[in-house]
Formats: sequence, C-alpha cells, structure tokens
Amino acid sequence: MDSLMERAAPCPAAQAGSVLLPALHLPLLPPHLYRPATSHEHKLNFRKSKEACLTYIQDAMLQKQWKRAAEFLTFYIESLEKDFSTEYMGPSEMIWRIGTEILCHHSYSSMKDFNSFIEQMKTLGVKRYLKVCLEHAFHLLCNGQTDEAYQNLSLAESWRFGEQTTAQDKELKLIQAYRGLLDYYSWSKQKNVLLEYGTKGTSKVQSTNDKEGFEDLSVEQEMHSSFRKAAVNLKEIIQIPGVWDVFVKCYVDFLKRHGEPKKSLISVLKILHDIVPSHELMIDFNTMLQKSKKRKKRRLGLEVIFAALDYAGWKENVKAWSCLARQVKQIIISEKHLDWIKQEWNSRKDWWPAFHFSRYLAKRNWQENESLAYEKALVAGILLGKDCKYFKYVSHQGCKDQKKRLRTLKKFVNKHSPVYLRISGLSDSSVQT
Amino acid sequence: MEEEAAEDYHERCVQCSEVNWGLTDGGRFYCRTCHNVIERTREVVNTDVISNTRVQTISKGLRKQEKNDEGWEWYVCEGFQFVLRKQAEALEALGVCPQMKDEILCNFWRRYLQKSQQAYCNRPAGEAIKVLSGCDSSTDLDSEPERPSLLHLLSLSESDGDLLTDCSFGSSIGKVSESTSVCSGSVDGSLHLMKNQKDKLRMSMPVTLSFCYLALLWLREPMTLSDLLRFVVEGHIPYLNVFQCFPEKMKLYGLDLKIFCVESWPVYEEVYNKMLQLAAFLELPRFPDITDSCFLHPDMLCMKYLMEANLPDELHNWTCRVVKKIHIGEADFLTFEPGNKSTRKVKYDVLAAAVIVVVLKLLFLLDDHYEWLLSDFAEERNKNNKEDGPYFEFKKWCKVIKSSLDVEQKKLDEERAKYLWRCEKPLFYSAKKKSKVLKRRQIVVNLQNQFGKLSGSVQPAEKPNPSSFQLNWSEENTDGSCFHGHSLKGILQEKCGLLTAINPDYWLCTVKLCTEKLCGHLAHYRELDFPQSYHFVLRLFSFLLRIQPSYIHEEVCVIEHKLFNKKLYKKPK
Repeated sequence: MDSLMERAAPCPAAQAGSVLLPALHLPLLPPHLYRPATSHEHKLNFRKSKEACLTYIQDAMLQKQWKRAAEFLTFYIESLEKDFSTEYMGPSEMIWRIGTEILCHHSYSSMKDFNSFIEQMKTLGVKRYLKVCLEHAFHLLCNGQTDEAYQNLSLAESWRFGEQTTAQDKELKLIQAYRGLLDYYSWSKQKNVLLEYGTKGTSKVQSTNDKEGFEDLSVEQEMHSSFRKAAVNLKEIIQIPGVWDVFVKCYVDFLKRHGEPKKSLISVLKILHDIVPSHELMIDFNTMLQKSKKRKKRRLGLEVIFAALDYAGWKENVKAWSCLARQVKQIIISEKHLDWIKQEWNSRKDWWPAFHFSRYLAKRNWQENESLAYEKALVAGILLGKDCKYFKYVSHQGCKDQKKRLRTLKKFVNKHSPVYLRISGLSDSSVQT
Repeated sequence: MEEEAAEDYHERCVQCSEVNWGLTDGGRFYCRTCHNVIERTREVVNTDVISNTRVQTISKGLRKQEKNDEGWEWYVCEGFQFVLRKQAEALEALGVCPQMKDEILCNFWRRYLQKSQQAYCNRPAGEAIKVLSGCDSSTDLDSEPERPSLLHLLSLSESDGDLLTDCSFGSSIGKVSESTSVCSGSVDGSLHLMKNQKDKLRMSMPVTLSFCYLALLWLREPMTLSDLLRFVVEGHIPYLNVFQCFPEKMKLYGLDLKIFCVESWPVYEEVYNKMLQLAAFLELPRFPDITDSCFLHPDMLCMKYLMEANLPDELHNWTCRVVKKIHIGEADFLTFEPGNKSTRKVKYDVLAAAVIVVVLKLLFLLDDHYEWLLSDFAEERNKNNKEDGPYFEFKKWCKVIKSSLDVEQKKLDEERAKYLWRCEKPLFYSAKKKSKVLKRRQIVVNLQNQFGKLSGSVQPAEKPNPSSFQLNWSEENTDGSCFHGHSLKGILQEKCGLLTAINPDYWLCTVKLCTEKLCGHLAHYRELDFPQSYHFVLRLFSFLLRIQPSYIHEEVCVIEHKLFNKKLYKKPK
C-alpha cells in the first residue's frame, strides 16, 4: 500500500455511478469470470474448503515440506466420504497419489506404513484397482522387495471383476509383463546359481552326494518352470503394439542363454523390427541374419539394416555402417542379388544423399571418426558412384594421409563403379568392368 | 412432567376410587392415596429431548416404538426444536441472559409451530401434515401423509448443495433410483422438503440462526449478527453437526440429511433475510426500542469498531456527529418493526462500519493522495515534537493494520482449508448404504490417524476462546502500534467555534442509488473503480464483520446520500 499509485482527487460528479460497467464478453470465457471476483470470499462450503486444502497440500509438496503436507492431508481425507463421481480426478485418487508421495519422502514413514496405506487404497476404487497394484509393485521393486512385488503382481493378475477386468486391460497386460520379467529375473538368478554350482561341482572329487544332486535338480526344475512362465508371458506381451524394449531385450537375452533355436529368436526380432525399426537390437539382428544360409533371411537382413539407418540415431554409428558396408560388399562380390540393393535404394535415393552423404558430413565424419567415414564412404561409393561428394572427399583425404585401407577402398569402388550405374537405373545393361 | 403424565390419567383407582395418580421410578402408575400400583405404564419419554412441557406432551402421544430398528418416530420440527435448544444453551454459556432461552426463543418457536400449523392449533382441514396438538389431544395415527416419490424429492435442490447425489459413495453415480418405503428417519421428512410451502416459512438450519438472532434482538443483547455467525463458524454455537446430539433413538437418515446437514457456512445475507421473513410470518410486534444506551446503537457500535480497528478515540465524536446529522440514531429508525414494510431494515453492524468509513472519507478524503499528504505532515510534526501526544499518522496506521490483517487473513485462510465438516456420527442415505458408509468412515479414521502421526503436530481442534474482539491493541505497547490515544489535531481546524476537517473535498461513492427492487441492492462495488485507500478500509471492516466489502460499500452509499441529501437533490429554481 505505498502511495505509489497516486490519483488526482476526483470531483464527485465525475465518479462513475452505481451502474455496473458492462460485463466482458469474451467468447471463450466462462460466464462466472465476466465480472472480476471479489478478493476475499467469506462464504465457504465443503467443496471450496477441500479445494483450498488441496492447494495447501500441493504447495507444501512442491516445497518438500512433508510434515505440513501430511497435516493438510489429514484435513482433506474426509472428502472420501463425499466422493464426487463427476470429477475427473476424485478424492480417492488424489489421496492415493498424494499419500504415496508423502509416504515416500517423509522421514518417519516405513515400508510397513506404506503397505498398509496401499492396501486401503486398493479398497477405495475398483476402477483403479489394477493401477494401484501395479504401482505398488513398482514401489516394492524400487525398495528391493522383489518377492513381495512378485506376490502382488500374481495376485493382481488373477483378479477378476466383471466389466472392470476388460476395462483395465492395459494395466493387466503390464502386470503380466512385469510378472514375466520377474520370472526371467528369478530364472536368471537360478541359472547363475546352477552355473556356479556346476563349476564347483566339477572341480570336486566325484562324491555322488545325493543331497547335492537333489538340490541341483530342484533348482533346475524351478528354473525351467520360471522359464516357461516367463516365455509364455513375454511372447504374448510383445505382440501387443507398444514400446516393450526392456521386455524384448530380456526375452531375447533369455532365449539366447537358454539356447533356444535361432528360429524363435529371429521371429521375436522380426516382430521388433516391425514395431521399432530403429531398435538397437537391429544391428545384432542384421548380423545374425547375414550369417544365415537362407536367402530370405539375408534379404531380410539387408532390409533391417537399411531401415535402421533411416533413423537419425544411427547416423554416426560405426557398427551399423559396417554391417551395411559388409553386406553390400558381399553382395557385390558375389555379383548376385544386386536387385536387392536396388530395391532398398529406390525409396532412399532421394533423401539419403543429403541425409548421410553431404560434403559437410564427409568433412565432419573424417575429422571425428575415420572408421565411420571409411564405412560410409564405401557405401556411398557403391550407391552413389565414385564421383559423389562423400566418396571423393574421404578418399582424397585418406590418400593424402596415406591411409592404406582407403587406397584399397578406392580401388574396390573403382573396380565396381558400373554397379552404381546399374543400381541407380541409369543403365540397364551390364557394363564391362 | 411426570406429574402431568399421571395427571392426564383420570380413571378412578380400583381400590380407593380416588383420582390421584403418580408414577413410580419404574414408570408405572400408582395411586397416591392407597399406593396401589396398576399395570399402566407411562410411555418412554426422554426428558433430555424436549425442553418445555407443552411440546413434550405433543410428542409423547405419538412416540411409539418402531419394530424394526428400535428408533422413535420423530418429526422434523422436533429435531429443530432440539437444535434451537442447544443453540440457546450455547448462547447462554457465552453470556447471554437465560431469559433468551427460557422465554423469548421458546415463545418464538411456539408461535412458529402454531403459525405453521404443526402444533398448538386445530387440525387444519385438508392438509396432509399430521397434526400435533396438545390442546385437544387428538392423535390421528391412522392417516399417513402421502409420500411423494423419492425421485421427485431428489430433484429438489437446497442452497446447501446437492447432498443427495453426494450421498452415493464409491464410484457409482448418484441418483438413487429405488423408491423405497422409508426414505427418512423422521416421519415427515419428505413432506418437509416439498415445495408447496409458499406462505409458510420452511424451517432450515440457517433459519435456526435467524431465530436466535431474533431472540437476541428482542433482548437487545450485545451481539450483532456478524458476531453470532462468527461464533457459529468458530464452533461456539452448535450448527454444523448438531444432529450428533440428537438422542440415540432419534434415527437420522435419508432425506433428514438434506434437512439437518450443513455443508456451508451460514451466509449473513441469507440469515438476515430469513430473519425478516420469519418476523413477518410470526406477526411480531414492534421490538423493544434501540436507544443510545444499547449496544446496537451506532454510537456504541462505532466505539467498539473504532477500538478494534485501532483508530483514534477522537474519531468517535465524528461518528456521533454523522449519526446525529442523518438521524440514524433515533429509536424509530433503529428499532425493528416487522409489520412495517415501508421502513428499510437496519443491519446494525454494517451501519456502524459504514459510518466509520464515511467519517474517514470526510477527514482524510481517501483518494490515494490527500491522506498521504496529511500523513506526511503529521509525521513531520511527530518527529519534531515528542513531548506532546502524537498526531495520528494515516500511513503508519495503514502499515500496522495491514500487517495484522495479513497475519489474521492468512490464519483464516488456513482455517478454511482445515475446516472439518464430518463428524463421528455417520450419515447414510438408506439402510442399504449403511455398511458401506461405516466402512468408509473407518478408512477415513485410519488414514487420518496415519497421516496425523506424520504431521508431527497434535491434532489441534482447539477452538479459539470466544471473544467479541478479533483484533486487540494495547496502549501499553511501547512500539507505538496502538493508535487509540492519538490526536486528530493535525487534520482539524476551528471555524466559527466548531471543529471541522481541513479536508474541503468529498467524493461520492455513487451519484445515484440503484433501485433495490430490480437488482436487490442499492449500490454495487468493484474494487478497480475506487481508490486503494478506500478499498483498504473496506477490506478491514469486511474482515471484522466477515461479509463482502460490497455490503459495507452499499451502506456507505446510502449514508452519503442522506448526508449530502440537500446537495444531491437540490431542486432547480
């Protein structure tokens, strides 16, 4: 209230009368905002009171004042007895989320408190039941209580509640996925135990201890059952559109270690390729496919690696480029299946040059990573011809620096330069090399 | 009470042929003459419930044991009677004279029952309401009033919010579609809520406060309506969950919730308007005169508010002058006359506050400029002269008040957020919902305990001690934050033997008053249209009285129009 806002003394007649100024008529403004609100409301009802309470809780939480937040939460809790079902996020959900935050951060709260709190939250809203279970499981996992988490997830998985089961389908899938993950985890642990045990066992003198053998067997049985459970789960899960990175990786790893036939691995990775072409496993996938004897597989491999390199994330990845280079080279040398390259290149020839093979990139790649430049140059030389900017720059630089392998590269490309012509469709007839 | 029960029995004693009955401790009738005990027992009557004998007789005849849940049959008006009794007791505890409870409020209530034909009258023809008659103990238990359909009643909306839809707990949506047989614990709950009570004043929780205020006004007790409402909010007067005190047997559920549950603070305007309606409905005569020795007289109230607002005592002379000039200190103006529709009814607290505001405008202009000028002069003078008493500095006063007000407002805001609406006694819409409600209540209590432990502080629930004054200033404070004794010399001058203000100007809040009939008010307030100093002063009194600044502003406009009447309505020659 500084006297900064000075107003000249008005004369009475000039004062606006008691007639209310016309309201604002902004089309999107809700009606109750047309006139400015009075600054201090003296009325109060249940709803407003709880809204105010909520703002205090939020303020306290933002400032990490957990005691204060807990204090105001105690006053908010009675709104459970008056659950406005029309609101987007009702009191029970609010209390669940706020309570979780407070219990996580408050110094005096224990896991026991948290668990009993969550159990109560589960009873509050059937529409949220699975979500609460899932988050509870996460929390337990974060606190290292894997077994409890597993129990919770299993329990939740078997929950059925009429319509709600289908309504909460997404959460159910997640629950299954995580349970599968935990199965994988326990399988992994058990396998490690066995391996360790196995090494110990062989180094010992052959004392056929029945007990040891029995233990060995039971662990192995457990392991197999975990595997089966996990496999079923994960296989089902990754069919569903969505980002299942963690799960897929585990699953693949799982299958590899379990010694599953390549076939199942490949089928899984194919699914992944369809969903997430830029996935990091694609590099391994391509390697795997290249080795295959089947033509279809190798064709797929080429497709996979090209698709991966469509994404900016792999632009500077040496391994990716080396895979592509290797496969391209191999195809050229064999002089078979040039049409594969042509097919892949067709949709890319308009934009890959600018995307991967500009002069600027050539310079930069050479400066930063010669291996990268090398691999790229090979590909560029084949796809765009030896006169393309990228190849010219790199080979020039390389020869200047007297890099042996670049001389080899230059030779190779020169040797196979007509290939470029064939690929780009400029000439259909095969040219004598 | 017991005597009366026994006295109503006029059979002759078998043994001695006398008619002289009494009641044993066990509740059985015995002949006082020969001590013969007979089979007849008096019906179970709990004396805690009813305060006065007459109404007890009313309910006694009708109370019968419900077979199913062992509750009494009770009528809505009994419930309200109970509420009023509790409120009257609380007021007595606050210092109001006992006459209020025992005589005034009682009589008003009886009169209400009579006028609304719920008691003390002959059975109204054709009315579906059951008759409660003490005079001619006609008890017609046979004809049940027609119960309108549940759905119809659910669609009625009370100002207290849509209780019924909220009575559905859990995730399912509100409206109960069942039209079950029993929809309220009270006998006439559904009837009570029906709309066709145009000429009657429907009893509701805010109306109980109107009753209280009427009684207080009749006795000219030193409690304004704003004081009363503040005490309610602070919990000194039962209002919020008063049904907790209903006796165990008086079951409350279903539509009773809509009647007796409160989910909002009482609003001044509403209680006041209902009070006017009530007084007219009861056909009360002119109330006892408000004279200048009454607390409610503007001279007195101004003094109180000046003290509370930490303003100089000298200002009181000015408020008295204004009061005198516009004749608002006269008994005819101030006294409440329900029957007289032409006089504008007075809100004593608002009036006094408005007078002070006008006085401040007269002396300081409050145009965001002049008052600071005056303040600077006073400050200069105070710096140079420390022996004589200090001159009042508006700026300093503003600072002190603002800091206190901010602190108090902050406290109040937190209290509003922490306000607890529910009580131990669970409310449920129907017997089916009971278990759900109880379960939920249990969860709430558990959670409150769990987080209460984490909040570190003891659950407060400490009601502030009831006090007439919200802000207190002591002369003993050496920091000079008390302005009561400060002098107005710096802003006054003497002219023709009369003290006048140095300030020659005045600005009117409004040139023309509104037509009350059209928009309900005589003036409207928008903060942006007025100087900040004016708003500050309004805000102060708005806080003290717990009402919107616009009400005070309205009153200020009216006073100004009276004060400057001649200038405003000068007829051209």
